[in-house]
Amino acid sequence: MSRPTDVMNIALQQPPSLIAPPPARTPLARLRWAAADGWVMTKRNMAHVVRAPEEVVIYFTLPIMFVLVFGYVFGSGMALPGGGNYREFLLPGVFAMTMLYGLGATATGVAFDVDRGVVDRFRSMPMARSALVVGRSGADLIRAVLEMTTLVVCGLLVGWQWRNGIGDALAAVGLILLLRFAITWIGIYLGLVVPNPDTVGVIVFPAAFPLTALSNVFVAPEAMPDWLGAVSEWNPLSSTVAATRELFGNPGFGGDSWAAQHSLLLAVGWPLLLLAIFMPLSIRRYQKLSR
Amino acid sequence: MTTSDAAIAAEGLRKRYGRSYALNGLDLTVERGVVHGLLGPNGAGKTTAVRILSTLLRFDGGSARVAGYDVVGEADQVRRRIGLTGQYAAVDETLSGRQNLVMFGRLYHLGARQAKQRADQLLEQFDLTHAADRSGRTYSGGMRRRLDLAASLILAPEVLFLDEPTTGLDPRSRNDVWDAVRSLVAGGTTVLLTTQYLEEADQLASRISVIDTGRVVAEGTADELKARIGGDRIEVVVHDAAQLGAAAAVVARIGTTEPEVDADTRRVSAPVADRMAALTDAVRELQLAGIAAEDIGLRRPTLDEAFLHLTGRRAAAEEETAAQGGSSGTDGDAGPEVPPSRRSRPLVEWSEEGVAG
Repeated sequence: MSRPTDVMNIALQQPPSLIAPPPARTPLARLRWAAADGWVMTKRNMAHVVRAPEEVVIYFTLPIMFVLVFGYVFGSGMALPGGGNYREFLLPGVFAMTMLYGLGATATGVAFDVDRGVVDRFRSMPMARSALVVGRSGADLIRAVLEMTTLVVCGLLVGWQWRNGIGDALAAVGLILLLRFAITWIGIYLGLVVPNPDTVGVIVFPAAFPLTALSNVFVAPEAMPDWLGAVSEWNPLSSTVAATRELFGNPGFGGDSWAAQHSLLLAVGWPLLLLAIFMPLSIRRYQKLSR
Repeated sequence: MTTSDAAIAAEGLRKRYGRSYALNGLDLTVERGVVHGLLGPNGAGKTTAVRILSTLLRFDGGSARVAGYDVVGEADQVRRRIGLTGQYAAVDETLSGRQNLVMFGRLYHLGARQAKQRADQLLEQFDLTHAADRSGRTYSGGMRRRLDLAASLILAPEVLFLDEPTTGLDPRSRNDVWDAVRSLVAGGTTVLLTTQYLEEADQLASRISVIDTGRVVAEGTADELKARIGGDRIEVVVHDAAQLGAAAAVVARIGTTEPEVDADTRRVSAPVADRMAALTDAVRELQLAGIAAEDIGLRRPTLDEAFLHLTGRRAAAEEETAAQGGSSGTDGDAGPEVPPSRRSRPLVEWSEEGVAG
């Protein structure tokens, strides 16, 4: 093996064909590069997962635990007002809850990313400014698809099923992933604004836990005090859960408030609203790192 | 040379943090195809200057062009023409060396095959092929620095920023980096090198700007600056503090100016004209005077003394150890193993000495 000293002398020599395309001038070309760069960064995040498989194990243990603990521990002590299998009732809630808890991983990932030196290199390169955050959301969405697959398999094993045909079931999964996508962008924003990456994980749980409790995941909103019930019915998590229960044909609470009656509309509307807020906020915040 | 065809042309750069200035009217012109040294202690504003010139940091006043393009208005053009290697390796430490270089190649918008070819080529050239598929975490400090340098060279930049490239490296790795810099400049690249080490600037830079509290306080070739700083010094450490006075008298006869006496370290030192004659004279005369010396040595002026000379005051106290030589200096950061937090860096950069505004 030759010493680097000798070989570095030819470090500058390169094939004459090595010419990068000129910077994008039209908005369309810029969009194309933004997509390409975002995809490179998505693959980077996926490669991280492959290189740290222990993280994956923890990742998939949590949803499985949710199914088992809530399905069997709580399920044995609870009866549904309208009758029906508690575990069948519970699973759509666990799906949505798992998506919500993905918030912590997203925020932590982003916070550590911008804290690392490698971001300086990204920012000194002629790449799309949005690529780092777009890549994070892309990778997290892929991860969510894998999580959903795990959860569906677990659910089928403990007696959950969809009753309205595969089309409705896929639509329900689509709604859950849409929610996850919106939550990803909240996580990205959170990861960009916290001053210290170590604190992110600590912040997220106290924020996410009340959201799951104040929803229709475990308890009927109508059983709560009036104002709590209203909060719970307008909770974006509840909308997704109610809509997916309907699409899966699983037992649910129904309810006659406007929010409960229009759960499908809200299950699409809430995530889109969150995306409309947090996507531009996050990208602007990332660009402003050059304080 | 007009400033328009200079590789780097900065005028009156100002960067404020709170009420103090990290840069306070920095002027810098670097002609193409040379190594230009930016010499100064921690907190002088070196890293701030590099971060502004490499489009990473906004600034509050002045203007800067790099490779002919404005760093604010034409940032994308600048980014296509620069490379940046910082005090810590700016690579993804989870990914392998090859994955890193392919990723950066793709982000420079090379085609998939080109990016892969260029990665293989650079791995080979920087002697990393054997570790190409290992996670960057397993790399030694020197390997990581080489990978970092390789990543900066994917597109053969016109202007390369090297921010304290050898801080925390062992002497061999340091020599490797120096050789790489020399060959890059031979190939036409312009290098802006920041360093705390006079020796490094001396070895590499054809022109040096000494900066302190955010502005250039002296500029010239290494020889010009050394002439202003003064030459070698003789230094005597006595065994018994009681003999300090007698030793000072001996050193006074040998040196060219009044000796400096430091009672705490029992040290007497003075600049000398003829280094070898001064050393033999000192040994003989101390012996004749019956003074027991613990250490007698010749040394070049440290950055601290250069500072004392150029600015009329001492650089930050903690710089004294770092300025002694390259091997043990760690710049007050956690070394190459633990990259300092990006967010805390500007604070480190200006807090000790940057209160000029």
